[in-house]
Amino acid sequence: MVDRSLQGGTGAFWRAVSAPEAVASLKLTFAVSLIVALINAVTGTLIAWVLVRDEFPGKRFVNALIDLPFAMPTVVAGLTLLALYGPKGPVGIDVAYTRVAIGLALLFVTLPFVVRAVQPVLMELDREMEEAARSLGASALTTFRRVVLPSLRPAVVAGAGLAFARALGEFGSIVLISGNLPYKTEVASVFIFGRIETGDVTAAAAVSVVLLAASVLLLAALSRLGRPRWVDDGR
Amino acid sequence: MAARRSLRFAALGYLGLLLAAPVGMVFYRAFEHGLGRFFHALTTPGAEHALYLTLLVTAIAVPANAAFGIGTALLLARRRFRGQGVLDRMIDLPFAISPIVVGLALVLVYGQDGWLGSTFAGAGIQIIFSTPGIVLATIFVSLPFVVREVLPVLREIGDEQEQAAATLGASRWQAFWRITLPAIRPAVIYGVVLSTARALGEFGAVSVVSGRLEGETETLTLYVQNRFDGFDLTAAYATAVLLAVLGIGVLVALTVLSRRRSQHGY
Repeated sequence: MVDRSLQGGTGAFWRAVSAPEAVASLKLTFAVSLIVALINAVTGTLIAWVLVRDEFPGKRFVNALIDLPFAMPTVVAGLTLLALYGPKGPVGIDVAYTRVAIGLALLFVTLPFVVRAVQPVLMELDREMEEAARSLGASALTTFRRVVLPSLRPAVVAGAGLAFARALGEFGSIVLISGNLPYKTEVASVFIFGRIETGDVTAAAAVSVVLLAASVLLLAALSRLGRPRWVDDGR
Repeated sequence: MAARRSLRFAALGYLGLLLAAPVGMVFYRAFEHGLGRFFHALTTPGAEHALYLTLLVTAIAVPANAAFGIGTALLLARRRFRGQGVLDRMIDLPFAISPIVVGLALVLVYGQDGWLGSTFAGAGIQIIFSTPGIVLATIFVSLPFVVREVLPVLREIGDEQEQAAATLGASRWQAFWRITLPAIRPAVIYGVVLSTARALGEFGAVSVVSGRLEGETETLTLYVQNRFDGFDLTAAYATAVLLAVLGIGVLVALTVLSRRRSQHGY
């Protein structure tokens, strides 16, 4: 569909993709998405661990809360973060219109992926192996690293991969909070949106094709790890 | 024990700072000038029209997706055809593609100079910058939900009961209504709830396709952005809270449904 518009010649396509502003937006998008996926790999595993292995009052409520970013519209997510971490926020932290804000918005919307990928694996995990390791003198950290983590790794990678894919295309949560300054805080989806608005369809389509190719490749790679869990299917 | 406690503290602290506190803050901002201001902000003509349009689009897109989802899941689970594997994998594509790219693709196909847009324009039907375009974008982004929920259930239950019904003289329709549908109903409902959430909250694709004409093609999410950009923060926060409440309602429904499903098997 999209590549029809770049039949204006591959030359025009390359010129549009390699325009400095387009390159800057793509670089920023891939870099921030990668960082966000890596942070998610750590925090998501941590949250899944606490939800499976720990007991505390209100655990079921916290567990339900994990899906909130999926249930809430993305603009609302952006506005929400802006209310607390924006210019008139009560905590005195103002990250609005910075790259940190983009990362924050992406962490918000991609939160469930790793948690929901790791949680079921952790539940199924046989704890006897861990107990054996501990009784043989391994520390808690060594046990986690050598016994638990290898079993979790595919799920962590799958979840982080989904988070990365989602982050690449995210728009709604970013558009209010990032300020969309070219070369600084303008991500690819916002760049595309701007070009559509000004009628520069070639540039919009060219950058779209890059994002589209990345999503298709990621989807193909992720489906090797089993059916990608884009939504928590309640089972 | 100390380690366990600090892990719990880290996890809950992260969730609190990223999720709970910001969401709480939006509620506080929406209500800080009192309930009157809150309801006043939601009953202006612009807000009411946006709510009407959002509900209209959802009411068209969700049933369309339910029908398409059940049909596609049946096709993938019960038939053999070339390209089946490709279709199976393609179904997830709307989740992976940026909503902005979805919007652009629709504009290129259904816009005034698009392949199909010019045909429709000849018949006097405008799709882009009008309600049909918004419906189309919403259907596209929420397409996979019902398929994804129904397909595994269909594969799990197999077709033995359907075949038994057929040998006993039931027509295809009878077998579907009496045997298949009751079995997949919980999965369909779950998928419908998920698509409803997505349909109510879609922003990026709709933003591109609708042209954001105030009081005409502005859905609730677009209205939030419009009010925010117009420095009418009370209205932006009030509308955001309305959408958040709808989202939380969906979350509660999903929790109840999944508990019921795990009790019944699927």
